[in-house]
Amino acid sequence: MSASSVAAHPPTAHAEHHELGFWRTYVFSTDHKMIGRQFLFLGLIMMILGGLLALVVRWQLAWPETAVPGLKLFLPDTGGAIDPGQYNMAFTMHATIMIFFVIMPILAGGFGNFLIPLMIGARDMAFPLLNMLSFWVALGAGVLMLAGFFVEGGHAAAGWTSYAPLSSVPAYTGTNWGQNLWCISLFVLGVSSMMGSINYITTVINMRAPGMTMFRMPLVVWSLFITAILLLLALPVLTSAVAMLLFDRTLGTSWFLPSGGGEPLLWQHLFWYFGHPEVYILILPAMGIASEILPVFSRKPVFGYHAMAFSMIAIAFLSWVVYGHHMFVSGMNPALGLSFMITTMIIAVPSAIKTFNWLGTLWGGRIQFTVPMLNALAFVSMFVIGGLSGIFMASAPVDIYIQDTYFIVAHIHYVVFGGSIFGAFAGISYWFPKMFGRMMNNPLGHLHFWLTFVFFNLTFFPMHIIGVGGQMRRIYNPLQYEFLKDQQHWNVIITMGAIALGLSQIVFAVNFVWSILAGRRAPINPWNATTLEWTAPSPPPHLNWGPTLPTVYRGPYEYSAPESKADFLPQTEPLARARAGRH
Amino acid sequence: MLNWWLPENVATYGAGIDWMFHLIYWITGITFVLVSGALLAFLWVYRDRPGRRARYTHGNSSLEIAWTVVPAAILVALTLLSVPMWSAIKLNVPPTDLVINVTGKQFNWEVTYPGPDGKFGTDDDKTMLDEMHVPINKVVRINLRGRDVIHSFFVPQFRFKQDAVPGRDIAQWFEVTKPGKYEAPCAELCGIGHSGMKAWIYAHTPADYAKWAAENLKAAGPASSSQTVAAAATMEGKAKP
Repeated sequence: MSASSVAAHPPTAHAEHHELGFWRTYVFSTDHKMIGRQFLFLGLIMMILGGLLALVVRWQLAWPETAVPGLKLFLPDTGGAIDPGQYNMAFTMHATIMIFFVIMPILAGGFGNFLIPLMIGARDMAFPLLNMLSFWVALGAGVLMLAGFFVEGGHAAAGWTSYAPLSSVPAYTGTNWGQNLWCISLFVLGVSSMMGSINYITTVINMRAPGMTMFRMPLVVWSLFITAILLLLALPVLTSAVAMLLFDRTLGTSWFLPSGGGEPLLWQHLFWYFGHPEVYILILPAMGIASEILPVFSRKPVFGYHAMAFSMIAIAFLSWVVYGHHMFVSGMNPALGLSFMITTMIIAVPSAIKTFNWLGTLWGGRIQFTVPMLNALAFVSMFVIGGLSGIFMASAPVDIYIQDTYFIVAHIHYVVFGGSIFGAFAGISYWFPKMFGRMMNNPLGHLHFWLTFVFFNLTFFPMHIIGVGGQMRRIYNPLQYEFLKDQQHWNVIITMGAIALGLSQIVFAVNFVWSILAGRRAPINPWNATTLEWTAPSPPPHLNWGPTLPTVYRGPYEYSAPESKADFLPQTEPLARARAGRH
Repeated sequence: MLNWWLPENVATYGAGIDWMFHLIYWITGITFVLVSGALLAFLWVYRDRPGRRARYTHGNSSLEIAWTVVPAAILVALTLLSVPMWSAIKLNVPPTDLVINVTGKQFNWEVTYPGPDGKFGTDDDKTMLDEMHVPINKVVRINLRGRDVIHSFFVPQFRFKQDAVPGRDIAQWFEVTKPGKYEAPCAELCGIGHSGMKAWIYAHTPADYAKWAAENLKAAGPASSSQTVAAAATMEGKAKP
């Protein structure tokens, strides 16, 4: 078996590769590892901008219409205070950047590229050139998105959901090219995502090392594989929708405008048909990362491997038939709301299964509180809160009241910050040695984790309270409403938490940059982990493996197996029977 | 517990929504305490100590079945409880002779009464800006429309929310149980003036409402806005218990 597989990947063709120059190694690289790092850097740099925009929003909500520190430079006329149009722009671009240019590039782009070939034992992606293009097209989309800040009328200000007709008629928001560039940028990003997702799917199906069956794949590869399928099927819907929106704005079509025979709800159907799978695109890779890290630092096999894989498949299927819960009070036929309510309730079940299996993985383990483990544990506990708060919205009658309040803002941040971002921090600290060949600083990692965990909760938990109190999302000044005045002190507390949360990220930035430049050299397998990437050098060379590809003999989580004295058995470790046969 | 989170409910079906909210609150609250408790307990009990080896297990089918079936049963039960409530609120509008057209526009609520003839589109229609008067203990039917962009008519204390969509006529209803003055903000981002777009709803006793209607919904053409505001101010004073 191994002989024929090796023949299928003739080692000589790869082993004789010559040194690539600076540009081909670091800039226009087709190496999946460099492309993964490029996506990671793109996401982390954009996170600074997305975070600053969030702080502008928070400042305005806590101390409405006062000067925002630091904004005087950009708004000399008001001394730094923002007007409602600028406020709408700030929250619109905060969400747009965080979703499309931070979480997707880091989780799907960064970890997807870096991990898939290394963890299934391939030398690179199936289509390396397409892979390089997908990064450069994504970067182009980012540049187009940033350009929107500099055009007359300001950037898009219709919310990241850009509901038509507010978004489809320039006069309704007063933004012209800002919203156009928003559409064009997301269109271009859709093209990038398609190139990436086709690549991931093909690679996982075709390029697994000998012995790497589908059910010996690490769960993070499963999660990225399923994410890629969702990306392939969901993003084109958004790509089409933003094209229609752009045509309405610039060419005089009326897809979403009733006066021309169009239908405003069509936008919402298209947007959420993409938008709900999108939520799982943002969270599935983080679930995979947590499923990877919990077994390593519990020194135990993951609990219920098959249940974990199948629950992700179930989420992927169900994510297509729940999107209407975003539209319970939109004017969509309320009878249709009933069917979306039942599917939405049911999609909570696979998430519950995953949570219980994570707990099962900890049970009876030998738990080591490393920085990746702490972040993965934070992922699990924060995802529990985000998942449970979703049940409120799933019940359509309750959703009547809490729809479009801060309760939903709290919910989405527990899922995408408490879930995806803690997952990203867990993944970065876990794979950093493999990505950069150096270890991250441990005390700084612990400091960053605890600061982030405390201030994250201080920022986002009280949003549940003001949401139940009725505070609407996307309002400029809560003090304009009598019924919200009594709870304004919460807005001040939330903003203080948000500022502290933002400052805490400086610790991460320092640790990240310093460790790349001067961290301790990483050994091949610093965590005593079993999966394939830990058998390659840190960082792995171009084409990853030596003359022969690794051969896989066992599942990905053989920790503390009785057959071995060591508490882990790498996937490349032959079975006892095979070992005996060799002697 | 936590009743202080929700504003006071003063409409008929709001009580059901609050009941459902609290039911889910208790179910999720207990689940959270159990899961987090188990997590913290495991972290303490199974922390790494020298000389102990982790338990080698790949899972347990009975447990998998249990934690699939139990959450599924609870969630299906929640759905079944929600269905009749949702149907009563959104699918069926009870019969009533009080119909008000509400149109959202950038950045006001236009509230139109049919006038004494009971018909819309006639000369005696009466339109007010950001102001609505209704009697208590009577079903009020609202026809919601959007003139330019999507708005959302939100009355926190009635537990009422419905988007107003251009090109659509959406019939909704509520029945207020307590006289007073209630805020009705727009809950869907609708442009630069979204924040602060709101109406005041004055809920009167039937006698006060009849008086208000007699003074303000007369056939003799639309009253000037100053009269309306003055009348509203009087009503506001009277509405206070």
